[in-house]
Amino acid sequence: MTIREKDVPNISEVVKALSERDQEISDLKAKLLKWESTYERANKRKAVFNSGSGTEISPLYTDLDRAEADPELLGLPGNYPYTRGPYATMYRSKLWTMRQFAGFATAEDTNARYKYLLDHGQTGLSVAFDFPTLMGFDSDHSRSLGEVGVCGVAVSSTLDMEELFEGIPLDKVSVSMTINGPAIILFCFYIAAAEKQGVDTRVLRGTIQNDILKEYQAQHAWIFPPNPALRCIVDMFDWCSENTPKYNPISISGYHIREAGATAVEELAFTLANGFEYVEKGLKRGLDIDSFAPQLSFFFDVHNDFFEEIAKLRAARRIWARRMRKVYGAKNPASWRLRTHCQTAGVSLTAQQAENNIVRVAYQAMAAALGGTQSLHTNSMDETLALPTEKAARIALRTQQILAYESGIPNTIDPLAGSFYVETLTDNIEREAEILFDEIETLGGVVPGIESGWFQQKIAHSAMRQQKKIESGERTVVGVNQFTEGSESIEIDTLKIDKEVEKRQIAKIVALKKSRDESKVSECLSALHQACRTDENLVPKILECARSYCTLFEIRDVMQEVFGSYKEPVFF
Amino acid sequence: MSEDRRVRVLVAKPGLDGHDRGAKVIASAFRDAGFEVIYTGLHQTPEMIVSAAVQEDVDVVAMSVLSGAHMTLFPRVKELLEQAGAENVLVTGGGIIPKDDVKELEDMGIGRLFGPGTSTKESIAYVKEWFAICAVSK
Repeated sequence: MTIREKDVPNISEVVKALSERDQEISDLKAKLLKWESTYERANKRKAVFNSGSGTEISPLYTDLDRAEADPELLGLPGNYPYTRGPYATMYRSKLWTMRQFAGFATAEDTNARYKYLLDHGQTGLSVAFDFPTLMGFDSDHSRSLGEVGVCGVAVSSTLDMEELFEGIPLDKVSVSMTINGPAIILFCFYIAAAEKQGVDTRVLRGTIQNDILKEYQAQHAWIFPPNPALRCIVDMFDWCSENTPKYNPISISGYHIREAGATAVEELAFTLANGFEYVEKGLKRGLDIDSFAPQLSFFFDVHNDFFEEIAKLRAARRIWARRMRKVYGAKNPASWRLRTHCQTAGVSLTAQQAENNIVRVAYQAMAAALGGTQSLHTNSMDETLALPTEKAARIALRTQQILAYESGIPNTIDPLAGSFYVETLTDNIEREAEILFDEIETLGGVVPGIESGWFQQKIAHSAMRQQKKIESGERTVVGVNQFTEGSESIEIDTLKIDKEVEKRQIAKIVALKKSRDESKVSECLSALHQACRTDENLVPKILECARSYCTLFEIRDVMQEVFGSYKEPVFF
Repeated sequence: MSEDRRVRVLVAKPGLDGHDRGAKVIASAFRDAGFEVIYTGLHQTPEMIVSAAVQEDVDVVAMSVLSGAHMTLFPRVKELLEQAGAENVLVTGGGIIPKDDVKELEDMGIGRLFGPGTSTKESIAYVKEWFAICAVSK
């Protein structure tokens, strides 16, 4: 190969450029020294300024903080390592989905709320189930007493699922379902309901949370022990890659981990560690990584520390991309790309002066948009008191619309890129997450970490540390430990769930059991029982049960007979 | 009554809700304050809670209820404690409990209930005060 003379940089030009750069750096250093001495002499509001996670923040970030930075780590949007966004065009092509979590009382009541939200401009649905449903109990079970329809919608069968989406075309509206322990069962109810609407499963868009690892760590809505639970999840990865290619069979979540008390760094590290675990389980099953990884999705919290949350999302994309490509050998860029839903931090809201929550949520939503989220739920102001009223839910939705259409923030992609502060924060949070990954590996991995209570203890300790900071005043919570004038009485309208809901649900189940084909029901449950003892994919058998109107508990009970139930290691 | 005896508290999570951040913070704070704390863990029925309370011979049952099922769970626990001859046990707790319901529960003999934003110092002070006045000598 010949090297043409003009391709070779002129050595003296290079030396000149380097020496100019050296001079710039040394000038900046001198200016900084002067600035530092001014800073030292001035009064400061606090001795130390910490981020939400307790990391010390410098008063000023400059070019010098970026001197060692590798531009490859920043890249471009839609390109490895996706720091600047998973898609090349981001909000210029398509805004994040405005996906407000909703659900209460019966399927019929929630159906009306979904129609209200869609009429008001919501662009995707998100289902909140009640506690009996979340834990796999029918509304008429003795354990469900007092809890039916109170924290979410009661769904005990495919019939309820059909009513939930009555008049809502499932081929046109994407649906996210927050359910974990019995996720595979509710998923089959959803598929059966879609079939009833005449929708081809291949066009279904949506997500099912189905992230059991974080349940053991944080949210605690489990049924089965880890191994059978993970088996069901991988069954869904496999079935969905063939039958519902546009659907996310999992939403690997940090939200709940954060809400339970974890710091931003812990949230990031534990979520991604769980993600790696799911990938490894899929690979162990013999699945081709590029066949299921593109459908893995994520869910992060957006908390108060504005810049830390933005950095967290950017670091998450970079870490995931690198692992998927370099460690797991994924070849399809869709496998490297981390897509996420975000929710504003419920735990940051106050019961005192609840209207202030509108402001908290607005700032948090802004962080989510600047962090490049694909989908967003904004909390309602009254959620420290009850499920949202229609008015509060509307304001929460309008918060997103004002952000999207009035603030100008979506006009350009990843606008904070290059910020000395944001890029340094992104690098730092990534580094701190890597330290936690190493710790988890030393434990033997995520499942041993859960069994030994390591995650749970870390989360509980962080929660306690937060509480102490609030009680000492080190951390301000407006309306609670500072600026409390106006906190004396909590006077806003809240949603009340009619006590008749439980009775209506129970009556529905009685009627359902009378009208269905009982011999088909026994047949399906029996076939499922058999299948649980083998390695076969459980989705088809559970789908048969769903189609025959077996109830949630009937299906779960059969599975539990084979799989057993989870007993948590208790400590605090 | 021996002044050296430590307050025995059962911290309990009744019902199906697994959100235990508050229960764990309270359990931890109570332990740091010098109480003897037993934490039941999750998904407890009222029967399981009362059985543990009696077995552990506690002075206080502190329940965390965020799920809206408080009007079922608190009265049931109180009722079962009375049936077990443990009517002197203080039933207290916290979570998301509307003001009107707090009043109704108080009228049923439930102790103070602590909502969002409460400082652990407040709940500790309440239990200590109650113990000094009402606790049965053991």
